[in-house]
Amino acid sequence: MRKQRSFPRRCVITLSLILACASTTALPTLGSPLPQQTNPKEELLSLPGDIGHSGGRLVISLRAEPKTLNPLTAVDAPSREVIGAMQSDLVHINRATQLTEPALAKSWKISPDGLQYSLTLRLGLRFSDGHSLDADDVLFTFRVYLDENVHAAQRDQLIVGGKPITVRKVDAQTLVFQFAKPDGVEERLFDGFAILPRHLLEKPYQEGKLGQLWTTATPPSEWAGLGPFRLKEYVAGQKLVLERNPYYWKTDSKGNRLPYLDELVFLFVPSADAQVLRFQSGETDIISRLSAENFSVLGRQQRGYSMSDAGPGLEYNFLFFNLNDLGEKSSADLARKQKWFRDVRFRQAISAAVDREAIVRLVYQGRGAALWGPVTPGNRRWVNSSIPHSPRSLERARALLKEAGFSWSSSPNGESALLDPESKPVEFSILTSSSNADRTKMATLIQDDLKQLGMHIQVVPLEFRSLIDRVTQTKEYDACLLGLVSFDADPTPDLNVWLSSGGTHLWNPSQSHPATPWEAEIDRLMEQQLSTPGYDQRKKLYDRVQEILAENQPMIFLASPDILVGAKNSLANLHPAVLEPYVLWNVEQLYFRNGAESTGR
Amino acid sequence: MKQPRRLAKWFVILLLLHGIVAAAGFFAPYDPVEQDREHPYLPPMHAHLIDAQGHIHARPFFYPLRPREGSFDQYEENTTTAVPLKFFESGAAYRLLGVLPSRLHLFGAEGGRIYLLGSDAFGRDQLSRILYGGQVSLLAGLLGAGVTLLLGALIGMAAGYFSGWRDEFLMRIAELFLALPWLYLLFALRAFLPLTVSPFDSFLLVVVVIGMVGWARPARLVRGVVLSVKERDFVRAARGFGASDLYLLRRHILPETAGVILTQAAILIPQFVLAEMTLSFLGLGVPEPLSSWGNLLASLQQYNVLVSYWWMYLPALAIVPFFLGYLRLASALQQRTVAYKIGEKDLWNPS
Repeated sequence: MRKQRSFPRRCVITLSLILACASTTALPTLGSPLPQQTNPKEELLSLPGDIGHSGGRLVISLRAEPKTLNPLTAVDAPSREVIGAMQSDLVHINRATQLTEPALAKSWKISPDGLQYSLTLRLGLRFSDGHSLDADDVLFTFRVYLDENVHAAQRDQLIVGGKPITVRKVDAQTLVFQFAKPDGVEERLFDGFAILPRHLLEKPYQEGKLGQLWTTATPPSEWAGLGPFRLKEYVAGQKLVLERNPYYWKTDSKGNRLPYLDELVFLFVPSADAQVLRFQSGETDIISRLSAENFSVLGRQQRGYSMSDAGPGLEYNFLFFNLNDLGEKSSADLARKQKWFRDVRFRQAISAAVDREAIVRLVYQGRGAALWGPVTPGNRRWVNSSIPHSPRSLERARALLKEAGFSWSSSPNGESALLDPESKPVEFSILTSSSNADRTKMATLIQDDLKQLGMHIQVVPLEFRSLIDRVTQTKEYDACLLGLVSFDADPTPDLNVWLSSGGTHLWNPSQSHPATPWEAEIDRLMEQQLSTPGYDQRKKLYDRVQEILAENQPMIFLASPDILVGAKNSLANLHPAVLEPYVLWNVEQLYFRNGAESTGR
Repeated sequence: MKQPRRLAKWFVILLLLHGIVAAAGFFAPYDPVEQDREHPYLPPMHAHLIDAQGHIHARPFFYPLRPREGSFDQYEENTTTAVPLKFFESGAAYRLLGVLPSRLHLFGAEGGRIYLLGSDAFGRDQLSRILYGGQVSLLAGLLGAGVTLLLGALIGMAAGYFSGWRDEFLMRIAELFLALPWLYLLFALRAFLPLTVSPFDSFLLVVVVIGMVGWARPARLVRGVVLSVKERDFVRAARGFGASDLYLLRRHILPETAGVILTQAAILIPQFVLAEMTLSFLGLGVPEPLSSWGNLLASLQQYNVLVSYWWMYLPALAIVPFFLGYLRLASALQQRTVAYKIGEKDLWNPS
């Protein structure tokens, strides 16, 4: 689970205009001569899709510099995006179909009890430095990921049923992964585990230096990967240049080795608006993570580029209340408010009063979807479509509040204030992140919606870090509007949000015991789906989780924005997906039509 | 007499401008926080005298705008229904000058809403928001200037009159105040305050802060005047007759500083209005949904608003007549002070 998308607005505009003129010195090509045609001993993966032609450089902007090029320690979105183009995993999730497909492993078998996975590697795989890969590299990779001293971000996923999985080499091409308990995620587990080169990393690993390795300052000769591109040059503060990996293991349907592009350049452009300007001026070829407003600005003056809307992504925005049990620490004021927040009818009334349709129209300019549950329509396989999409109803909200003992005062100017059962006015504040204009807008709309129920709401935009601090540490807040993005369509990455012991169980994080029966029920269902193999069974369990959430409204789900993308018309094979990375997931297949190269540099 | 007439002219103009803002409830057609969610970013409407059929009407009318098919912010006129402009219409309830409850508005429209200056992201009337926002910004400027001048005059007089170590001490403090990075201090201050500050409190905070920041300059000016005045013959004479410090300050010295203080007021008020706008622009002023000239402009921080909706710049234009008025007033005041001084000099030195 990645923390909400915030766009840090840095005033410093990079000097990249000046840099743009400085030509980059070409580094000597590494490794042996390029094997353009396929070798009979190699088992390459042939991809369907348009046949393109080689050449060209693709320029794309990143909103921050990647913190690292080390897949073990990368947690920030820019690092993950860059590493995604440089590394490969054993089994990969196709971002378009949301299903798994063979990658470095050409096939896999799961034993009937779901405890043993046997994977067969492709023949003739080579790292980007020409070094060949075999089962020992995979063994080494998983030893590293599982090593507690390495602090790999993905380590948790390899602990199944409380025990780390074990990996065994059968022969140079075959590996067996042993699980203590069946894992519901099945082979999706392997997505995101970049296979590491043992010949480069074993020594540093033994010296305990792996965590500090492969920073952005690493020279290309000390770096190797299995992705479509390899490291060429890193210019701090400006750009990261990747070049075509000549040993990449995919071909197009005619047998031409991929990727088509010669170079992939990531420019570091800190603000969303500056990214729009760069794209508009033709300096970058693709723009993703666009806001609806910027999407329509770009759409209005299309010059050589076209815009596409991939539909709702996996981001869900929601309002939640402070349901923490603060005991003595709680102020009298907050304790009084928590009495309302804990009443499910109060939360349901708020949910009924919120005009989701207006949020989608005014905040996302119609490019989004209203939400009544945590799973967005973009997650086609897991969304529970039977959750009622109740339209806004102030009558229902009033009835619920009346039932919960609330009443209304009548004031001379016709505006009636809502009074709680103790006849005190209902007033509370909603925190939002000041760097996220969309969420502040949502809060302003909700403020007006709830005014019609006689509630007096204050919207408090806070800097993102202090907001997270208040929500997860000090717990001094009334309500908060946030968003989360699931990075896979599977329910498992969201485990931390729904389990009552989870750190991202935002309304009441890290509980030792579930505070309410329905949270206990969710805990049970989530644990159960985790160890139940088979999509149908798991879907039933997760559907129930969604129902419980929709009924109890610990989060009042609001809306999900569409994934909006713009790209030059000359760029072909672009199929934006709703899973990250939205546009670069098939970067090996992208090519420029008619040999049209990017003008940017 | 040319000078007093010019002074009076600008004074009356400013009074009128402030009157309009003070009576925003009457001049604004709608409630400034009321959202019209069907019409976000509606461009300013045009008044018509000739309808789509070519008939001429005596009463100006408007054609309501409707969103173009499949568009979010592109509108077209719906020429099937006309909305005539009506004067002295009854509309949203408000309190004139904060006390008198009323529903009467200068103008309105029958059977539809008219947006003379367009609408914002939530479909709120931009004209009403500018008028109401002026109340916050101008009041903050006036009160802030009041606080500053009061502090400045008191400290300046004390420093100039008592001189010696007290003068040194006060002037060093003044220099410290001039040197402080106020904006950052304000950010820090805001972080220490409770999370939810009522609109009134945050308004007070802004007034107090901009009032506190500015006192050093007028204090130095007043001190200068006091230093020269206290050595004048009439002050010495009064002192010789046994007048107390307080009497001297009040009766003889304070009147002499009036010219400087009034001129400073006319210069400081627009400066402080601008200060309020800066703070609100950065999100430190009155919170949404209330408006002030600064937070009305805050949406321009977004690129798409900047390039798509020109009417969102209008709040910046609203300040122009006010600033012009104040600056003309200040120069008229200054000329009057100088003229008065020269006249006095002639009186004292009939050489």
